[in-house]
Formats: sequence, structure tokens, C-alpha cells
Amino acid sequence: MSLVFALGDRYVTRASVVHRADGRVKLALTLGYVLLVTATPHAHWLALAALALPVAALVAVARLPLDVVLKRSALALPFVLAAVPLAFTTPGELVATVPLLGWTATREGAEAVATILAKSWISVVLACVLTASTTPTELVHALRGLRVPALLAAVIFFTYRYLFTIGDEGSRLMRSRDSRSAAIAGYRSGGTLRWRAGILGSMVGTLFLRSYERSERVFAAMQSRGYDGEPRFLDPPTLHRSELAGAALLLLYAALVQAYVRLG
Amino acid sequence: MSASANGAHRELALELHDVEFAYPDGVPALRGVSLQVPAGEKVALIGANGAGKSTLLMQLNGILRGRGEIRVLGRVLSDASVREIRALIGLLFANPDDQLFSPTVLDDVAFGPLHMGLPKPEVQRRVTEALKQVGMSGFEARMPHHLSMGQKKRVAIATVLAMGTPILALDEPTASLSPGARYELIALLQSLPQTMLVSTHDLGALPGVFTRVVVLDEGRIVADGETATILADHDLLHAHGLDEAHGLPHA
Ligand SMILES: Nc1ncnc2c1ncn2[C@@H]1O[C@H](COP(=O)(O)OP(=O)(O)OP(=O)(O)O)[C@@H](O)[C@H]1O
Ligand SMILES: [Mg+2]
Repeated sequence: MSLVFALGDRYVTRASVVHRADGRVKLALTLGYVLLVTATPHAHWLALAALALPVAALVAVARLPLDVVLKRSALALPFVLAAVPLAFTTPGELVATVPLLGWTATREGAEAVATILAKSWISVVLACVLTASTTPTELVHALRGLRVPALLAAVIFFTYRYLFTIGDEGSRLMRSRDSRSAAIAGYRSGGTLRWRAGILGSMVGTLFLRSYERSERVFAAMQSRGYDGEPRFLDPPTLHRSELAGAALLLLYAALVQAYVRLG
Repeated sequence: MSASANGAHRELALELHDVEFAYPDGVPALRGVSLQVPAGEKVALIGANGAGKSTLLMQLNGILRGRGEIRVLGRVLSDASVREIRALIGLLFANPDDQLFSPTVLDDVAFGPLHMGLPKPEVQRRVTEALKQVGMSGFEARMPHHLSMGQKKRVAIATVLAMGTPILALDEPTASLSPGARYELIALLQSLPQTMLVSTHDLGALPGVFTRVVVLDEGRIVADGETATILADHDLLHAHGLDEAHGLPHA
């Protein structure tokens, strides 16, 4: 259950400048900023700190709960694990040996992993700010604004939308199972491992079958109300010069950091 | 309150002390609920949409956990006791799609008794009996998610009855049943000896089954009394969104 709660909707309702800003500006800023962060040279901690600063500021201005941001950004950790072998394979000054296995880590290798970790984390936090401050509908509009084809934008939207529907539905099925998972004195409860695995397997099957059927019903319901694949707004978002300027300033700042690192 | 009047020396089936609960997104759903239900009593839980009825029922067997203390037949609800408590309380979810997760009706109704480790003939007996009680005998091999809404509802009720629990916590058991099926379910609830806490919008079914009614509004208990007294209190019902104000307009 907790897993699915953690997967709850990404949007966090707040009245902030970041929330009000146009989705296209935020999406473009996020993509541009992430690219610039990626360009940071190996083990340049000062530059990474300088790049993290505006991201922290955005979290604060958007008034996002810190624990939520930290929890969500932790999702990046498993991917970073893929970089850990670098610590052992990069040639350089030996700093540690894994007992028993005899692998040796080098200072250069450890720094490479730490750099990747820092870069990914800054990028993921920024992506969290984007998804927490922009509704999915706005995001689709932003994708369309950046010339992503309507079909692809719609697919992204529905994947996102159904991830949570399926997650919710799954968590409700688990609740039902747990509600009826009782133990009484004098009997061995829980059945065999094999039986429980079978139950879980059939739950997953049920979940997919149902989600598939539900998606057809939802699509029919959307078509009945005239859906043609293009998101529509009561108030189509308009680009504000101040937002554009703000985003441009942030990108310029990141570019300057990179320039300084290389020249200085 | 009727509870203290007729329950003074009976064992308490349910005791809630100052139960508070907020959903993870911060929505406060229960704001200090205290309630005692003596064993054998049938209590209806009524309240407008969003009053907190479903949330309250899901506290009872630890599906949702908030602050405050809950005792079921004297045992305090905790991580250690939750399995045992689930053998004491059968919980019916409001939406049968949330309740049914197995490939066939038979599997679903048998799940609870099988999980308890009961011998096979006993499981079979309970499944047959539960399906008969809800009028769904003969549907054993069907896929639950391809039944009609009312049929799903009845199978969902059977999954709870098959557990053989001394307490039933039912969330809107009569919703989406056709008049005949609704009548039969009310008769069944009447005839069952279990302690019941039942959330419902079906005020017409109250006098036949429940001796006591608890009214919930915005996560608080705002009234608790004998069924006839509560149903006669039009001001109370009106104040908490439970009457049709001036009746429906005529065509
Ligand atoms: N999963 C959830 N996340 C956040 N808030 C929720 C969730 N489920 C219910 N709520 C909120 O909790 C409050 C109580 O809801 P609950 O479902 O208990 O009401 P109810 O009395 O059962 O209503 P109904 O008669 O419509 O079934 C409502 O304000 C509701 O919006
Ligand atoms: Mg409800």
C-alpha cells in the first residue's frame, strides 16, 4: 500500500509563481538546464553546487514539501547504482579494497560515481519540480508547444494517467486481499508459498485485464464527449514575458557556470 | 444513548477512542471519533458523501491506520494483532471492483477461509453457504469482473460472509441492488446474528435491520441514537444533508 501511496499523483497543489508559469517555459527550462548540468566536468564540486542552488531556490519558491521532493528524487538512486562499477574500473590512485572480493576502488573512480550521482540528483529534483508544479494536461500542452507530435503527446499523457490508475487499482486489490488474510488460533494460516504466489499471479492478471477493459471504456466515454486527441483548455495558457525572461536567466546562469569552469 | 442503555453489561465488540485520520495528501477525514458497539448490536452509519464513513470502516481492521485506539472484542488493534483481528471483522468495500481480485467467483469466495487454513470440506461448505445466502449459487465458475454491478456486489458480500467473522463492517451493502435483491439482502442482514456496523444511504432499510444509528458529518459523530428517534429528527437529517429538503419536484 505504501508503495502506491508513494506513487500518488505527482502534482502538488500550491499557489506559487512556479505553478502559474507556462508549462512550455518550464519544460524547455528543465530540458535545457539538465543538458547544461550534464556538461559539468568530472569532480567539479563548486560548479555542481552552483548549479544546485537555483534548483533549491525553485523548490522553495514553489513551496514544495521538502520530504516529498527528497522521497521522489530518491527514485533516481537505483539508476545511479549502474554507475557504481566505475569506482572499481577507473584506473587511478587506490583508496579502498572490498574485503573478500578483492576489488579495488580508485579515487578517480569514486569521484566519477559521485559526479554522476550529483548530476542525476540535480536533474531529477528539477524534474520533480516540473511535475509537481505542472498538471499533466498542461504538460501535454507544453509537449505540443515544443512540436512533439499529438499522438506521441497523447501516449505520454495516457501512460502517465494510467500508471496511477493501475497503481490505485492494484493497491485496492491488495487491501481487499489483506482484509481477508486472517489467522485463527489452532490453524496454520496463510496457505503454502505456492498458493500465495498463485494468488498474487492471478491478481496481477486480473489487474491487467481489468485495466485494459477499463481503458476501452474510458476511451469510449471520452469519444462520446468529443475527444479527438488534442487537449483543450478553458483558459489557453499564454506566454508571459517575465516567465520567459526568468527561464532565460536561469539557463544563462547555468551556461555562465559552465563557461567559468572551463575558462577559469 | 441507546448504547449505554442496553449494552451496559454486554461485551463490547467495537471500541473506538478518539480516532483521527488524514489521507496522505493531508485531507482530514476523521476528526476524533469515539464509538462503542456492544456485541450483537446492529448499528447503521449514515452521513452525506465525504462524511468519512468508508474511512471509518477501513480503520476497523487496520487497512487504514490513524491516531487513537481501536479495540475489537477487547483486543487492541496493532501490528501484532491485525491478522487475528481480521478473523474477527469482515470488511465489505463499497465498490465491489475493489473487493474481487480472483479469476473466478469460487476462488474469490474461498480466499478468506483458505487463508485461515481451514480444512477443504469446511471451505467448500462455507463457499456454498455464502453464495446461497446472497442468491448467487451457480455462478462459481464465472469471472467476477464480467458480472453485472449488482451481481458483483452480491459476490463481494459472499466473500465477507464466508469468513465467518463475528463482526461485519459493511460499506453500502444495498447500493446498486435491484429492489428484489435489496429486499433479500435486508432480510439476510436481519436474520444474521453478527454484530454489524453498516454504512448506508438507504435510509428506508434502517428500521428493519438496525436498532441504532450513528450520524457522521465532516469526520465527526454528530448524532448517535435509536433508529426511530434519529429518523424522526428532520432538523438533524436536514442539517447534515440527509433529507431531500422539500421532496423531489414533480414532473
Ligand atoms: N484516497 C483518498 N485520498 C484523499 N482523500 C480521500 C481519499 N478517500 C477519501 N478521501 C476524502 O476523505 C473524506 C472522507 O471520505 P469517505 O470516502 O470516507 O466518505 P464517505 O462518507 O464514505 O462518502 P460516500 O458516501 O461518498 O461514500 C472525503 O473528504 C474524501 O474526499
Ligand atoms: Mg464511502
